[in-house]
Order: sequence, then structure tokens, then C-alpha cells
Amino acid sequence: MFQVAEVPTYQPVLNRNPYQPQMARIVRIYKMVEDNYLFTVRFLDDQLAATFRHLPGQFVMLSVPGAGEAPISISSSPSRPGVLELCVRRVGRVTNALYRLKTNELVGVRGPYGNGFPIQRLIGNDLLFAAGGLGMAPLRSLLWYALDNREKFKRIILMCGSRQPADMLFREELLSLADRPDLECLLTVDADPSGGWGHYLALLPKLFDYVTIDPSRTYAAVCGPPVVYRFILERLLALDFPKDRILMSLERRMKCGIGKCGHCSVGYKYTCLQGPIFTYWDAINLPEMI
Amino acid sequence: MKVLKLPKEKLDLFVSVVQQFGEVHAPVRQNGNYVFRRLDRWSEACLDYSRTILPLKKYFLPPREALFRYRPADGYVPAVEGLDKRIVLFGVHACDAYALNILDRVFSGKYDDPCYQARRRNTAVIGIDCRPDDRCFCRSMRADFVDRGFDLFLYDIGEYYQTLVGTALGDDMVLATGPLFEPVTQQDIDEYKRRSSIKRQAFRLDVEIRDLPEIFEMEYQSEIWDELGEKCLSCGSCSMVCPTCYCFDVFDDVELGSRAGERARQWDSCLFASHALVAGGENFRRGRARRIKFRYYHKQRGFVAEYGRPSCVGCGRCIAACPVQINISEVINRLRGIHNVPSR
Repeated sequence: MFQVAEVPTYQPVLNRNPYQPQMARIVRIYKMVEDNYLFTVRFLDDQLAATFRHLPGQFVMLSVPGAGEAPISISSSPSRPGVLELCVRRVGRVTNALYRLKTNELVGVRGPYGNGFPIQRLIGNDLLFAAGGLGMAPLRSLLWYALDNREKFKRIILMCGSRQPADMLFREELLSLADRPDLECLLTVDADPSGGWGHYLALLPKLFDYVTIDPSRTYAAVCGPPVVYRFILERLLALDFPKDRILMSLERRMKCGIGKCGHCSVGYKYTCLQGPIFTYWDAINLPEMI
Repeated sequence: MKVLKLPKEKLDLFVSVVQQFGEVHAPVRQNGNYVFRRLDRWSEACLDYSRTILPLKKYFLPPREALFRYRPADGYVPAVEGLDKRIVLFGVHACDAYALNILDRVFSGKYDDPCYQARRRNTAVIGIDCRPDDRCFCRSMRADFVDRGFDLFLYDIGEYYQTLVGTALGDDMVLATGPLFEPVTQQDIDEYKRRSSIKRQAFRLDVEIRDLPEIFEMEYQSEIWDELGEKCLSCGSCSMVCPTCYCFDVFDDVELGSRAGERARQWDSCLFASHALVAGGENFRRGRARRIKFRYYHKQRGFVAEYGRPSCVGCGRCIAACPVQINISEVINRLRGIHNVPSR
């Protein structure tokens, strides 16, 4: 009685699958600190390797075949394309599996995700970096971006602290920056058990005593463990820093990186879409943030 | 929008046509409850039903699904089995269709979810109207009526189903039936309006969502959350049965003895202790009170900021599923300072 023409079936556009990891080769593993290695990866697809661009502060989802996927901030600057540098702490299932891989083995990478630092707003201002513990990992991208585009920024002040010299992420690199005339580089350690440390020996917030900062023309990028946030924020607020000029990089559990899986929400924002860079003003207004 | 009517006695005939558009799934009575499932024969369908145990999200975001297969030589290859299957969901309530419209927004945007989108486009939705029971509050959530997200919607007007044709596919279904559908008369329209008005007045649960996000902000420290945390078992039932809860976990399953495997996702709940747990042991929502507060906060406050409305359609499933009788309408009314609300 009734005849229906065949209804066309919708086929998903698989080449635009946002969950698709692209295979990348580990080209270098550099042991910076115990359980904190710097993995340099390059996409197998040469064109992707050459055209992949990110903003400082963005992250990728890193797949270790068989172990799963984890969000990792990009530590290299977009001003130095071709490879991605990922500072990875050995702490969970995926990162433990990553540490078992050797140079030349394959991982999956997709991204970049997240908002990244608001570069357009930062240009023309002073930049203050305050990194404690492992906080340099997400800030290093912006640091090198600013140094590679030095004329776009006014003063650049770097404060970096760790427990002792052996714990400082990117130690050699930061030490080599200390003599740069266009960077005010303040490195500090809480203790120097082996001696020979030629820089500050003080808690990180103490560095504010050694530098003058004009909050009205400065953006502060802060990252570190909760105790660092607490004391750095205290110093910044004491300087009357506007709350939307304090930028922080957050981490949360993430399963998709693209605002679907629900895990990374803080209050009502998704760390993967509206973050991971939030202003302190955002933080005050999102009760779960810190 | 095209408006037609279908004589009730011709429904069987209509279904036999609809079958040609895909595998027909409809609510079926099962152990005292209703479930949406594939029909073996049309007589199994129960169109006069309250609510199914699980909402329709199971068709678009299955409880567990493979996203990729991994082989060392090939990398991650998308799993596409079943995505092209054509299904017709027959007898969808307005709240459930509304919930799909909400999920559509989550699974599109800057990043389209290809699995969800493929299933959505291969699935036809034929809605049917319903009568509220004592757990329905879809009217409060503005989801007692849908104006899109369905192919056809049938309204009972006595001898006929008054039918709204929502999409070109719906129109094709109507056309394929030949002369089954008839034009509506003014009398039919008046009957629809009369029944619609009666339905609006039949709700026994009511919550006010106006300025609710702001009240959530003000009551963030309320002791209500601690009381709920004491009561809640963190079982996640409310999330599983919620038509708009979409949290999922992603994990890799390795085949034993090989380096190949599968990347899969499965339903997750923000009430589970692991939801906000990060590597290294930090948990951003350790206590049950914080987790149940988060669920309410996200659905009734956060989602409004993001998508302009709560991610709740008032279907009443969480009320039915909660083993400790936490009732969302009571929670919201208590937050608003309204007591003695009519419930059961």
C-alpha cells in the first residue's frame, strides 16, 4: 500500500571528530626534576606539525595508548612551532604509562584546548610571572612568547621559587635567563642544602620586597600549589592589584577537553572552555575555584 | 507548522508506514514500570504511560560506547558501528523531547560530538501528549510543551490525534501514509485548546525558577546542603535517570595480551566520589554535601549562565529513583523559603 523511498542515513564527519587523537612521536625526553620530565613531541603528519598553533596557557589532551588520556599544559611557546614541549609530572595512570615510553615511541595528541592567556589584553603592559613549585609548567609558554615578542611588552618580571635548587623546574634555562638585561629574573629557593646557589634564599612571596611593581600597568600570571596562591595573592592584593589583572592557571579532572564530559566544572564554568586561565575576579565569583 | 489530524483507529496503519522509516521503539510496560525499547509488535506499545525508567539519552549517549579502537599500527580508529541505524522513537513526551533539545546544545557548539549528532540525525521523534502525575513539574520548568525537536507530535483530542508536523521527515511520514491524515477543523482546534488548558491546571507540583540562580548564589552556604549531604547516598541514580545529565567518563580498555584496545566512554555522575578527583589525590569535591550541592548548582544555576535555562525539564524521574526520597521540588521550595508545599 505504502512505498517509501529509501531515507538517506546521516554519516558522521569523522575527519572532524574532536575526540580524534593525532599520533605524535616523542622526540626528546629531558629529565628536569625527579618525576618531572619534559617530553618533546612532534606530530607524525608533517603538515600538522608545521601548522599546529596554540596560545600560551592552552593545553592538549595527551593519549598514552592503552592507559588513557590526560590534560597536559603546553610548556612551549607558539613562537617556536614545530614541536610541542609537555612538562609532565608522574602522578597518575596515564603519566606513569608515559614515563615507561622511550624516545621515538608514539603518543596521541589532540587540541589545543582552553582559553589561554588573553594576549591582546596583555600587550603593552608589564608582565609579572609568579611561579611556585611546578607552576612554571603552564607559565613557561607565556614567558617565552613574551621574550620572543619582547617589543610588545614593557617590563617583564619573573619570580620563581622552589624548595631547593634541585627541585626547580626548568632550572638551567631560568638560570641562563638571569643575566638577560630585558628581564627582571628573581629566582629563589627555600633552602640550599648543597650550597652554591647564587640567587635568593627566601620564600617566594618575599621577592615582592625586592622589586617595585606598578599594578595599574601590570598583569600578574600566577601558578603554584594552594599555599603559593594564598601568599602571592596576599602580596598582590596588598599592592592594590586589580582583581582582573591577576591571572591564574587551574587544573581539574578532564575527560574530553571540549566542554562535554562535565568533570572540569568549577562552580558553573568549565575549566576546559572558559579556563584554564581565570582571573582572580572569576575565582572569587566561582565558589569552588580555590 | 503544518497541523493535521489522524483518526485514532488508523494509528496501527500509520505505525506500519512509520516502520519503513526505521526500527520503531516505544514505551512498553515492564515489571510495573515503563521502558523505551524496540517493539516486536505494535500491541506491546503503551502510549498512555507516566514516565520510562531511563530517558531517551540512552539512544544518543549510550550508557557505554566505544569511541575508538586502538592498534599500534593504525593509531586511534573511530568506532562507527551502529551510528547509521535508523530508529523511530514513538510516543515521546514533551519533557523528554525538550531534554533532547537541551542535550543538542551541549553536544554541538564549537565542538560537535559526532557520535551523538549521527544518532540524533538518524533517529526520528514522534511525540505524544500526556497527563501530569504527582511527580511531574515540567510546567514549572517550561518543558510541558515543545515547539521543535520532534518530527511529529500527536495531541489527543478525543477521536483524533491532532498532529503537529515539525520537520520535513515528519512531513514525508505523513505523505507516505496517503490519505490517513485529515485537515483540522475549528472545532478540533478548540478541543485542543480546551484540553491544553485542563492539562496546565492538572499539575500538583510547582517550583518557581524565576531568579532561582540568584537564590542559589545567596544560599550557597545554606545548611540545607549539609542536611542533603547527610541524607544522600551518592548512588548517582538521579544522574542516571536524568534526561539532561550528560557527564561521561572516558577510559581505555586494553585487550589482554596485546597492545591493542578500545577507548570507551560511559555515563558518570557528579555524585560519585571520583568525579572531581585528579591524579595525585586532590579531590575538589570530597564530601557528599559538596557533591549534591554541585549537582543542584550546576543544573539550576550554572547551566542557566551557560545555556539560558536550567538543565532540568521537570520529568520527575529523580524523585522516582531516589532511594532516600530526596525530592527536587522540596529542595528548591525550601531554598526559596516556601514550606508546606503540596507533594504526594
